[in-house]
Amino acid sequence: MKSAVIVFPGSNRETDVADAIERASGHRPIMVWHRDSELPDVDLIVLPGGFSYGDYLRTGAIAARAPIMQEVVRRADRGTAVLGICNGFQILCESGLLPGILLRNASLKFVCRYVGLKVETSQSLFTHRYQAGEVLSVPVAHGDGNYFADPATLDRLESEGRVAFRYCSMQGDLTPEANPNGSARNIAGIFNPTKNVLGLMPHPENATDELLGSISGKALFDGLVDSLA
Amino acid sequence: MKAKVHVTLKTGVLDPQGKAIGHALASLGFQGVNDVRQGKYIELEIAETDRAKAEAAVRQMCERLLANTVIENYAIELVG
Repeated sequence: MKSAVIVFPGSNRETDVADAIERASGHRPIMVWHRDSELPDVDLIVLPGGFSYGDYLRTGAIAARAPIMQEVVRRADRGTAVLGICNGFQILCESGLLPGILLRNASLKFVCRYVGLKVETSQSLFTHRYQAGEVLSVPVAHGDGNYFADPATLDRLESEGRVAFRYCSMQGDLTPEANPNGSARNIAGIFNPTKNVLGLMPHPENATDELLGSISGKALFDGLVDSLA
Repeated sequence: MKAKVHVTLKTGVLDPQGKAIGHALASLGFQGVNDVRQGKYIELEIAETDRAKAEAAVRQMCERLLANTVIENYAIELVG
């Protein structure tokens, strides 16, 4: 599996996700700087976590207009797998590849902890190594993760099976207490209509080694290798 | 000329920052503030001298970057 990680000024999880991909695939991703307008031929493009451009204007807003993003959108439209984690999810929403937007956490507090995450579907190249309904333990670390879209968009996401993950208790209940940021319908991650683009707020790359406290995220990267190698 | 752009949250979009400001005002003793909504104000110095063209250009800027129309409205005022 050949992959590229796009690096913006202010990205800070690019090495974590590169390590997770290398452990799963045996190949180090190519790091691509945001000013580049050419991408090598890859099977997977990753937009990593961080605070691109200091979250100026809106989170992800400036990064979504960086030169490289035109090429990312073009590749996504042609079917290349694109994974946006945390700030990467915010950038995907701002670029129009995913609907909705991530608002300031309802608590107004930065949340940094493990959350319960329910796998909503195993029917994707990202989640096929999981069972639908499985509960994962994955860390979040964000101040703007409050997923918002109008009710019609939320209904469409649900009816088309495009909700990938929801925040839940470790027993799998979708309670308000299990929702760390106020996201609509506990949504933590969503797909585009063709399900080759996934954006999620939690950090599966930081749950790929027992040393880190959880290996819940490992199956996502192993699954991508199965799908794309 | 100068373009003044106000970006405001649409009705119904939760504004936790506005709420926090409201609470702080109440704790300072300001009574009767029923609601607070926080927005953004952006000033642009633009070279275009034709008002219609300037407004069309700023409208494009709002649609493509300055506002996210999923959650925000914008208003443009041209001065000079």
